[in-house]
Amino acid sequence: MMNTLTDKLAQKQLAIEGKPLGPGSHTEHEGKTMTGAQAIIASLEAEGVDTVFGYPGGQAIKIYDALYDSKKLHHVLARHEQGATHMADGYARATGKVGVVLVTSGPGATNTVTGIATAYMDSIPMVVITGQVTRGVIGTDSFQESDIVGITMPIVKHSFLLQSTDDLTETFREAFYIASTGRPGPVLIDIPSDLQGAEMVFHYPDSVNIPSYRPTYKGNAKQIKQATALIETSKRPLLYAGGGIVSSHACQELEALAEAMQIPVVTTLLGKGCFPSSHPLSLGPVGMHGSKYANMAMTECDLIIAAGARFSDRVTGKLDEFAPNAKVIHIDIDPAEIGKIREANVPIVGDAQGILGGIVAQLEKSGATPVDAEWVETVNEWRERWPYYDDQFNDYPNQIVPEVALDELSKQLDPDNSIVTTEVGQHQMWAHQHIGREHARSFLSSGGLGTMGFGFPAAIGAKFGCPDKQVVCVAGDGSFQMNSQEMATAAINNTAVKVFLLDNRALGMVHQWQKLFYHERYSSTILDPVPDFVKLADAYGWEGERIEKPEDVAPAIARMLASEKPYLLDVAISPDQNVYPMVAPGAALDNVIGAIDVTLGAVRVNGKGVGKKDEKEGEE
Amino acid sequence: MKHILSVLVENKSGVLSRVTGMISRRGFNIESLTVAPTEDSTMSRLTAIVNADEVGYEQITKQLHKLVSVYKITDLTDEDAIERELALFKVSAPPDRRHEIIEIANVFRANIVDVGKNSLTIEATGDESKLEAMEDLFRAYGLKQLVRTGKIAMSRNSKD
Repeated sequence: MMNTLTDKLAQKQLAIEGKPLGPGSHTEHEGKTMTGAQAIIASLEAEGVDTVFGYPGGQAIKIYDALYDSKKLHHVLARHEQGATHMADGYARATGKVGVVLVTSGPGATNTVTGIATAYMDSIPMVVITGQVTRGVIGTDSFQESDIVGITMPIVKHSFLLQSTDDLTETFREAFYIASTGRPGPVLIDIPSDLQGAEMVFHYPDSVNIPSYRPTYKGNAKQIKQATALIETSKRPLLYAGGGIVSSHACQELEALAEAMQIPVVTTLLGKGCFPSSHPLSLGPVGMHGSKYANMAMTECDLIIAAGARFSDRVTGKLDEFAPNAKVIHIDIDPAEIGKIREANVPIVGDAQGILGGIVAQLEKSGATPVDAEWVETVNEWRERWPYYDDQFNDYPNQIVPEVALDELSKQLDPDNSIVTTEVGQHQMWAHQHIGREHARSFLSSGGLGTMGFGFPAAIGAKFGCPDKQVVCVAGDGSFQMNSQEMATAAINNTAVKVFLLDNRALGMVHQWQKLFYHERYSSTILDPVPDFVKLADAYGWEGERIEKPEDVAPAIARMLASEKPYLLDVAISPDQNVYPMVAPGAALDNVIGAIDVTLGAVRVNGKGVGKKDEKEGEE
Repeated sequence: MKHILSVLVENKSGVLSRVTGMISRRGFNIESLTVAPTEDSTMSRLTAIVNADEVGYEQITKQLHKLVSVYKITDLTDEDAIERELALFKVSAPPDRRHEIIEIANVFRANIVDVGKNSLTIEATGDESKLEAMEDLFRAYGLKQLVRTGKIAMSRNSKD
């Protein structure tokens, strides 16, 4: 298992050079005559793949037959192709390796669409292999035929419809290369079943050459100098770190820059963990449910150093009031992200690790001194004034408060040896706010697409990738029910994932919007009656428990984490709990609803900027 | 403003939908489009006219560059480029008026490619303004049908 940073950097270098991470041509399959299906399995082995997530069917049966003989590939049989795709995604996010999915044609292929779109939006490397009907009947509406290449075109980084076994191995090498380099993303290979049965001689390429695909890694030296000059003259700089820091393994360089110049760091949902939550310069989440202090820092800063982040609307709020006084250095490996939302004063296309390293070196060379301490002091004052939660703020006495429960979970998790995944909704934002993370790849969440049903299968995939880590999925009762069939997958493989289910019997986030913006007209957001989750856990051979009292939280979490089996902890919370602070959709980033202001005695306040309290939130 | 995009792509099935899909999905409309193989049969040249402001145009080209099937994108809008389009006009032409229509075609160096009992079909190549001028004139006689190819363009590079 490749796990250390050195291993990961070595993998990254191999990928950039176009070499397979596995043995490539040096396998026992090389030069042998075999079927296309056997060559598919041999190609995966040549790429060093150890785990494949999938679901068989008529047009993939030959591939599954070949898989039966493989001693190197472990196949995880999901209970739904969407589950398989999210598992591969979770595996990829947790390990940094390419996630691999194998499914059949037609519905098997179309069931992967949400999973592919999720991976595409969050730039996750994935190779999806779909069986297709035989070439002779493509286009005739034959049984279980779907034009999956056409269907997925807007949501893949690239795709192939295999036309001949002559191209098979080269296609696999190209697919893994494209998926794992540049801005990573999902690649689909559609393989007609007649090609799976055709005989061929297996030769695996150890290199790749795609003239039309040459991602830029090295940042422009002149632009790096310009960036350095901007940083040196800035009085209130802010690092805005996203998923690109994770995928380029730039965490050390980010930390070095932050510390050398004393620059506070805000992180996106995808970037969570790339900068330690415990670090004094960490301001954590920014945006719609970011802290008031992080949002204030973004609004008041005079320089944004955006690295591997894309100015998502969930981060910026109202664009023309976003960071009005800030110049922007934008570092991204995808040139299309630069200038897409916010114009950059210094654009730098390339790999964040090399570029941030270059900036640090340049600053050292020029003997730059840290930013005036006043900025960090101001930010820290804000941090103390507007915390996420305050124990005096006892708004739901005798009930479990999600913030408190997640703080407890965070406290009991070993940050060096755990992974938290989330579903999508209120629980996701609470987890983003309250789960402390010290390392990249230890918080996995669907950011771009916001896919309910992602977090649980992703947790299973992460556990397969990192079996020694404690993997906890923070879920809501709505999201969990979207892929709860994968409880069987976890049970059969004894994948000891833990589901921490914040159960409000409602679609909490939509419910919250209805409460705040739609006159409490709760249209279709009440899920009651939900199943008895403990019985459901029992039915699948899981362990499970339900808690309703605040004093039960800590011991129940301890029991959950101590269990060596898959475990569901059903945590009852009120549907009236809202995620605060919040920036209303379309509002300016510093126009925050429901931030706690301790200078006023721990009450929730609404208002723009540092101003006085405008009105008290009406929650008794 | 209108941009002439000349895009060199892989000559493979599905590539046209990758390119046009990318442009439309980012919210832009393609006004005209031509595609055909180049001197190298593994590649095709796609010429598209797209209406976009500077920021939008930059997005389109950057996003297109990301497609693995795209080799090269050239903006021929501001360049001194040769632009051509081919049009076929089927003009209502009773025998007594044929002569006038043929005269007009000759002025524009267009060819008569078909003659019917009551119509003439004229083939013309040229830039947009020439074809539009012809269209205006033929409308006076009754334009039965008009087919235009969409623009092709090439940079007028004297160094080559």
